[in-house]
Amino acid sequence: MIDKNLCADALRLMLNSRFFEEKTEELFKAGLIHGTTHLANGQEAAQAGLCLALNDGDWIVPTHRCHGFTICKGSSAQAMFAEMFGSRHGLAKGLGGSMHMPDKEHYNLGSSAVVGSGVPLATGIAFKLKFDSTKSAAFATSTAQNPKTCPPVPVKNLSVAIFGDGASSRGSVHESMNIASIWKLPVLFYCENNRYGMSAPSDKMVSVDRVSDRAAAYSIPGKVVDGNDFEAVYNAVMEAAAYIREGNGPCLLEVMTYRFKGHSKSDRRLYRTSDEEQMWLLRDPILLLEQKMIQNSYMTQQEITDLEKSCRADIEEQAKKALASSGEKLSEDEVLNLVYATKEDRL
Amino acid sequence: MTFREAIRKAMADEMASDKNVVLFGEDVGVYGGCFKVTEGLWKEYPDQVIDTPVSEEGFTGMAVGAAMMGMRPIVEIMYADFYTLIFDPIVNHAAKTHFMSGGQFCCPITVRLPEGSGTGHGAQHTQSPEGLFLNGTGLKLVAPSNPSDAYHLLRASIRDNNPVLFFEHKLLYPTEGEISQTPVELGKAKVIGNGLDVTIIAYSHAVLTALETAELLREEGINATVVDLRTLNPLDKETIFREVRKTGRAVLIQDPNGIGGIDAQVCAAICQDQKTFASLKCRVLQFSGKDTPIPFSKDLERLTIPQAKDIAVAIGKLF
Repeated sequence: MIDKNLCADALRLMLNSRFFEEKTEELFKAGLIHGTTHLANGQEAAQAGLCLALNDGDWIVPTHRCHGFTICKGSSAQAMFAEMFGSRHGLAKGLGGSMHMPDKEHYNLGSSAVVGSGVPLATGIAFKLKFDSTKSAAFATSTAQNPKTCPPVPVKNLSVAIFGDGASSRGSVHESMNIASIWKLPVLFYCENNRYGMSAPSDKMVSVDRVSDRAAAYSIPGKVVDGNDFEAVYNAVMEAAAYIREGNGPCLLEVMTYRFKGHSKSDRRLYRTSDEEQMWLLRDPILLLEQKMIQNSYMTQQEITDLEKSCRADIEEQAKKALASSGEKLSEDEVLNLVYATKEDRL
Repeated sequence: MTFREAIRKAMADEMASDKNVVLFGEDVGVYGGCFKVTEGLWKEYPDQVIDTPVSEEGFTGMAVGAAMMGMRPIVEIMYADFYTLIFDPIVNHAAKTHFMSGGQFCCPITVRLPEGSGTGHGAQHTQSPEGLFLNGTGLKLVAPSNPSDAYHLLRASIRDNNPVLFFEHKLLYPTEGEISQTPVELGKAKVIGNGLDVTIIAYSHAVLTALETAELLREEGINATVVDLRTLNPLDKETIFREVRKTGRAVLIQDPNGIGGIDAQVCAAICQDQKTFASLKCRVLQFSGKDTPIPFSKDLERLTIPQAKDIAVAIGKLF
């Protein structure tokens, strides 16, 4: 069993993620947020397990269901709420919304809302990370060298291409895996399999039993883990990240989880049964972690209840602050000036 | 120096001054590129010339990600026709990155697209798709017509902090010209000649047609000014308006078909500017490619592109 402090950190992040989603749903229902949202209730272990296993300087490119990843990478919940209110204080100044919460300071590129299109972008980050670490022709085009057989070049940091089971059918994902494999790029392909691509069950849409089986086609390691078990996810990411940092190239990790809510706010969930949903609620990743922590005497029930209260109060407070300044929008001129970068922009 | 050599030199000079300038593309290494534009580049810059698998969407998306990290990638798409495969990384991602991140990320990628007909490659290897990118807000579009502009504009494109699509007409590759010592900025058209009778506006290969037309007109006693747009987005409206007002006659020439294209945009701009519109002495003449896929057969292929002789005859009727 992993260390007590790590479990406490994980539980706090997972609670923050859950309460953030609950608050978001409430604000949408109250008509205070425009547009749509994609909630990740039930996927917290997959998100916290990944982010806690990463080092400072490791990049993520999340999916459109990005709130949990963004919180776990360290972004301010207030700036995230502000983004959804469309205010200038949002992570993307109110130009992104619920699906787009890039945060350069926290090594989060932001997600693509074209499912699977973030995967080549993450592969590009990995290219840059490797390019900066090598002094030799690691991607040699000369006939004498083949990057596939070059000795491993260790890298300090890696990037994580996060995608869902639905996106696993995109050509961009397959092309990226092939490219990352031949150039041994430091990228972790992280398939967050929540069993449905919108309404489409992955077992009907994916040709293999497990998305991770496809790793074999790209000569890279593939593994599947229980995505509702924080410890399992954390350990699997640590193992994959160590392999990648040694310079061995990419890995494909598939984390099996379940989204408790519908695809988006308009989803009536006609494609699945309430029995199935009930079964998964019993495997709530937060519940499982709390049970484990009590069993290991890491925390008492009372301490957990107190933590839950303080996390919820914190999220409420941050939503309140964001709401208070939600009327402060970018001016039309400021918006137009953001279409093109200028010479003065820092890369 | 040829147009082809000028493009290679621009890449080499940028690679020398910035290690983060990297070329991705199919067969751009030892092979030298499908049109021999990158020949020998890999020997000088082995770390910066990278042969890719046949995965246009994948490696262009990868270059977009690398650009967001501060690299200045150049992507060579073997034939511009394969633009369909890079629409998602370029239009949905590169073009919108700076905006959607609230200015946190730039995307200084340059995509080189060899385009145009006259080579007998059939309808999937001869298109000029620049017009299709006009709606991709956030992109800059560049299409030089001569070696000097190709050199300076490619350097400026690589250094620009925005995504730039750089269209190279394949028939221009062997054309020769001196490289000027003066750099050229993006967004500035070039004025050739000072005829006061008619203003002919063109870009890329069609500039050669425009110059040939001007020559034919001169024999008829009609003096033309030719405007080479050079940058297609953003358009240098100031120069367009000034030069059209000067003659009161605007003639637009482009190689691709006319629907929703660059010239349609130029025409719309002329019509919407009160002073320029008021200066017109006759209707605007637009000569575009035929509205058909490019045929293979040599004579038919030639007929799809506007010809100087026909244009000169039509212009002559304005007087």
